[in-house]
Amino acid sequence: MDVRLTREQKALRDSASAVVEALAPRTVADLQDAERAAKLDAAVAATGWRELRSADDDDQPLASGVEAAIVAEELGRGVADVSFIGPLLAEDLRRRAGAPSSSSGAETVALTPTLDTVADAAEPSATAIDAAQATAALLARTRGDDIDLVSAPLPGTQTRNDLTRPVARPDLGAVTAVSDAGPLSADDFTAWSALAVTLTCADLVGVMRGAVTLATEYAKVREQYGHQIGSYQAVQHLLADAHVAIEGSASVMLHAAWAVDALPAEEALASARLAKAYCSRAARMACETVIQVHGGIGNTWEAMPHVFLRRALHSTDLFGGTGASLEAVLAHRIGDGHGLR
Amino acid sequence: MDFGDSPEEAAFRQRLRDWLRDNNPKLPSSSTSDEYWDGQAAWHHALYDAGFFALSWPVEVGGHALPPVYDVILDEELADAGAPPRPSVGYLVHGIHYVGNKDIHERFIPGIISGRERWCQGFSEPNAGSDLAALRTRAVRDGDEYIIDGHKIWTSYSDQADWCLLLARTDPDAPKHKGISAFVVDMHQPGVTQRPLKMINGITREFGEVTFEGVRVKATDMVGNPGDGWKLAMTVVSHEREPGELGYAARYRKAVNEIVRIVRDDPERFSPDQLRDVAWAIVESQMLSHHVSRRLSARLDGITHGPDGSVDKLLMTATEQAVGHAALAVTTVDPDHEEDTWMKMYLYSRAQSVMGGTAQIQRNLVATRILGLPTA
Repeated sequence: MDVRLTREQKALRDSASAVVEALAPRTVADLQDAERAAKLDAAVAATGWRELRSADDDDQPLASGVEAAIVAEELGRGVADVSFIGPLLAEDLRRRAGAPSSSSGAETVALTPTLDTVADAAEPSATAIDAAQATAALLARTRGDDIDLVSAPLPGTQTRNDLTRPVARPDLGAVTAVSDAGPLSADDFTAWSALAVTLTCADLVGVMRGAVTLATEYAKVREQYGHQIGSYQAVQHLLADAHVAIEGSASVMLHAAWAVDALPAEEALASARLAKAYCSRAARMACETVIQVHGGIGNTWEAMPHVFLRRALHSTDLFGGTGASLEAVLAHRIGDGHGLR
Repeated sequence: MDFGDSPEEAAFRQRLRDWLRDNNPKLPSSSTSDEYWDGQAAWHHALYDAGFFALSWPVEVGGHALPPVYDVILDEELADAGAPPRPSVGYLVHGIHYVGNKDIHERFIPGIISGRERWCQGFSEPNAGSDLAALRTRAVRDGDEYIIDGHKIWTSYSDQADWCLLLARTDPDAPKHKGISAFVVDMHQPGVTQRPLKMINGITREFGEVTFEGVRVKATDMVGNPGDGWKLAMTVVSHEREPGELGYAARYRKAVNEIVRIVRDDPERFSPDQLRDVAWAIVESQMLSHHVSRRLSARLDGITHGPDGSVDKLLMTATEQAVGHAALAVTTVDPDHEEDTWMKMYLYSRAQSVMGGTAQIQRNLVATRILGLPTA
């Protein structure tokens, strides 16, 4: 056991961090800057991060869940308005189905309307996530015990709660088969879900880090009663709790990221669900704290804290939030059917 | 980045698992039963003699010089076998090792590690709790000796102890952090009076207070130089905050395993709120295990302790108190449990945010030492 990042993993983190520092939005106004967003998208495309889970020559992923999580965390830290998790998950599905990589590179995945799992083409509607620049989304079509991978076109994106990652409504009337894709088993989807849930955790850890750093810096400069507000214990303890929540979240998330490729699918998903319960509770607390520390300004549209909170809430919803994850933890240890409701 | 066992680690785990099958004393927990102490010394000796204790300590002091992550394996296997956790002595060893000279190391550390000599820690006083540097116990030089007078409190395991690692003021004129020195004091001598304190859960052998009246200690039993007491105290308390040092992850994992067994027997007895408390206990204790793996791995870089210990302490506190709430959930469905173990476990958990530095002190340290926030 040695859960330190390797030298290569640290280098990957540093490159992702450098892209974020250079091109991620620093102000709410930056979110309207299409030129900057296009540069960010081009920078991410150039790195090949969205293809980390594409197949190598032996049909294994090019990189492990840990590398994918490292990038997701850094993009979350910078509330980067660029697609990553969606396209990477689409590539992971293609690899599992034995299909070639997406030729357009503009593909994401579609989830059920509640965003808890992959969409089924037989259902009346679906929501494509992380849909910036995407023209199509992968989803499932059940056929007996097998699940086929199919693709639906995306007519256009819409911004909902998360201002950094738009969603889209796939045209389920125009679903087509994915060329050369074989059927997927339930086990494939379990393993894929473990990766998906883990990446939402990594995004949450990053969002928390970015948000708490913002509030900490603010508390060092904002003065009231003649002193920096960060010198008051009432404010210090709020931020300390948020920092502690980040460290606990990072520990569960790293285990889940390792488990994606190292443990059997059921165990990997159990680790991911446990991490999601912890990270999503922590992220809401931390992001709400960040608004509180910013005071009045934190409640205005022009200040960044709500951008972090909104992104955290969206990542929480993706593939199951606190309650659903906690139920999964209980089901794993106690058995099914003992709901928390 | 690898949470899995290397071949050597897997072999160690198997050897430990085989040994535990025949050597688990199945003692009750020290936090819920005074009977634990009747078997604790034998448990420490057994672990030590079988080569499963002080895994990461140097061979010269009785350790095995293994990477620190072996303690994670030890904790996991002890918990899953339902065995008692490893005795927590690492923080004493760290403090003495860091500040003491070779003579002190050789005379005292092997006895702590082997468990042949029992120790307590005389730091807190009635008027020096969070403000430890306000301590008033005096040590006055008299020839080759010092004479000690004072009152120590919240002294864990004082009724078991052969030796006390004691902080006393040797220079009343120096600034309060600078006039403190550390001593190794023989507990079996005239002038030392030990009295147990009964905790809110009724146990009496965890916690004590000790008075020192005209107690003599040789000047050569000072740890470090005059005035080094604060340095030693900060080393000890920073390790005392670390669950990796204390082995408490095993305590929580064992409790959660037991609670899960009870719930699984008949889940219908539990309300959704109670099940939620159980689920959070599962989540928190697993978090702490992974966190300890992370922190002990960081030691491979040579980092032994620092302000991150306060983060660990707060995470450990959250875990213990979440497990406490799960224990409370079990109490209500199992009110006739003969030993009242679950209620005792819950009540004991409240102390975790006080002992070893309160949660508020830890938050101060996180805010100022890690986040870099200004002091008022």
